[in-house]
Amino acid sequence: MGRNLYEKVFDLHTVRRLPSGQYQVLMGLQMIHEVTSPQAFAAIRERGWKVPYPHRNFATVDHIIPTDSQQRPLSDPLAEEMLQHLERNTADFGIRFFSPERGEQGIVHMVGPETGLTQPGMTICCGDSHTATHGAFGALAFGIGTSQVRDVLATQTLALGKLKVRRIEVNGRLRPGVYAKDVILYIIRKLGVNGGVGYAYEYAGEVFDGFSMEERMTVCNMSIEGGARCGYVNPDQTTYDYLRGREYAPPPEAWDRAVAWWESIKSDADASYDDVVRFDASDIEPIVTWGITPGQSVGVSENLPYVRDFPEAERPNIAEALEFMDFREGQPIKGTRIDVAFLGSCTNGRISDFEEVVRMIEGRGLRVAPHVRAIVVPGSMSVKREMIRRGYDKVFTEAGFEFREAGCSMCLAMNPDKLKGREVCASSSNRNFKGRQGSPTGRTLLMSPVMVAAAAIAGEVVDAREFFAAPVGAGV
Amino acid sequence: MDPRRIRITGTGIAVRGNDIDTDRIIPARYLRCVTFDGLGEHAFEDDRAQLKAKGQVHPFDDPRFAGAEVLFVNKNFGCGSSREHAPQSIMRWGRGIKAIVGESFSEIFFGNCVALGIPAPTASEADMAQMMSAVEANSAAPVTVDLETLTVTVGEHSWPVKMAEGPRRQFLEGKWDSTAELMEAMDQVAATAARLPYMNGWK
Ligand code: SF4
Repeated sequence: MGRNLYEKVFDLHTVRRLPSGQYQVLMGLQMIHEVTSPQAFAAIRERGWKVPYPHRNFATVDHIIPTDSQQRPLSDPLAEEMLQHLERNTADFGIRFFSPERGEQGIVHMVGPETGLTQPGMTICCGDSHTATHGAFGALAFGIGTSQVRDVLATQTLALGKLKVRRIEVNGRLRPGVYAKDVILYIIRKLGVNGGVGYAYEYAGEVFDGFSMEERMTVCNMSIEGGARCGYVNPDQTTYDYLRGREYAPPPEAWDRAVAWWESIKSDADASYDDVVRFDASDIEPIVTWGITPGQSVGVSENLPYVRDFPEAERPNIAEALEFMDFREGQPIKGTRIDVAFLGSCTNGRISDFEEVVRMIEGRGLRVAPHVRAIVVPGSMSVKREMIRRGYDKVFTEAGFEFREAGCSMCLAMNPDKLKGREVCASSSNRNFKGRQGSPTGRTLLMSPVMVAAAAIAGEVVDAREFFAAPVGAGV
Repeated sequence: MDPRRIRITGTGIAVRGNDIDTDRIIPARYLRCVTFDGLGEHAFEDDRAQLKAKGQVHPFDDPRFAGAEVLFVNKNFGCGSSREHAPQSIMRWGRGIKAIVGESFSEIFFGNCVALGIPAPTASEADMAQMMSAVEANSAAPVTVDLETLTVTVGEHSWPVKMAEGPRRQFLEGKWDSTAELMEAMDQVAATAARLPYMNGWK
């Protein structure tokens, strides 16, 4: 029986078995950001410890950074204080900081892949639950808490239990207008928001084989939304082509050795799994969440479920979600009026996300509906530069979107980009939890970037496939 | 303080609902900080305010439960972000929550609880419902979370609970503060790193 990637990489990084039964596991890379690290650095200083592998730790600032002006000092003194702590901590301990001043900043899960730091066969951790994003490269990538950030700073290791592995295959062809975001929302809808607890997800099958690295990242990013601590795709030529030539990628003279090693850590063809699930790509349609967990979703042409459709124990939650969202059971999701549209985040803030939206709206004279506030936020400064180089900033601005600086922005409520009151937001981010977008009573509908753009222009939830198929000037 | 966590005693408080995520436990605006001090008062803040606006009372605002030290919850508690601020705010609320009993926990949340010395055993849905009702019926009932016998007692009644053997032993032996243990093996860490081509310039 062959072995899967999870087992191989876990074993290669295992330092020893701990008396507790857990394993001490080496972390090949730790990514750091300003929110979950200050207390960890404080603990290191307090106890007089050192950071033994500073060159395997990298930092950036993303959650608190404003997207209107990143001029220092930041307008929010608390945010400025956090940024200063990060600057001091990384400087004192010899850790590279991807700074806004040098144009290197971005969302922590974007900077790793962009710089070539994220590579197959690595163990990666970050004090952030969307670290699974890096799994797109065939790495084991975990979100951790601040105490564990401290552990990794002090020892470059973590105490981890072994996960089970579920292989999720999506075979066949996605229909036009169905995107990676819809695939992961579909998987979460089918397997549940805690279906992945105790598992690593291995995403496989024809759809993933055909996906670009950015599409794989979108899916892996939301593994945690399905309860899985990490999710990955086996590396292949697509992975190697993406990596080649990036700053931290293996140099040309070592390239063949690197590829050989990466090939060796892939799941064997006869690998065993604790569970295998298969989906048919043609069953997936554009998905919109209607509730307060990413699993509460429907296909755009479907109606909301009825409370009675759910098992007894889940009914109170469904009723609570409907009440919070102010939706009726059985109503269509199409036609839901929106107030805000957010294009960005570590799920969908990459160049290919914006490229697809631009492809839909460019040259058609479409404009954001007058009652909608629509913002476009690149996931990193390098994405922003590329967008400007391609002229996307103009396309978006002319269509009535605000084009912003890079950061987490309206994915969560730690910077000035927030919903107000009961506003409804069509969002390309990953979480629709109560209060997630900054207003305790604000409402979030998760969907793909193209669906967000269509909603922004229509002023309400529409099926982007129909909406953008309408001939130019047909009064859309 | 003795780091061993064998029996946790106090009174209880129940927060009902599945999938209570960390954004609800501690709203993100309180993450703009460089220490965990003062997070306790903001635990469940938005949920509390929304219930208040409807004329209802969140358990964390109910004076009957103000001195509680054991929290009872339902399924998938602490899902969402990895923010340790969530268990930090719970352990800093009131007299400090010292154990959390639930149907299930998100893994990152559970791991954070271990790192902070907060045992979080699990119980079946039916048992959980009984425990919660017992706590709500009598806020003064003494509660014991016993990791040796793996039982939770509320007043007169006891229920079985579960916890994976690894973390259970860490609590019983007082070894949940992981850093010291991890530091014991730095030579082996170096040996492991030496085996990995990407840690050694692909030589
Ligand atoms: S974009 Fe959102 S999910 Fe991603 S790291 Fe930032 S806050 Fe977290």
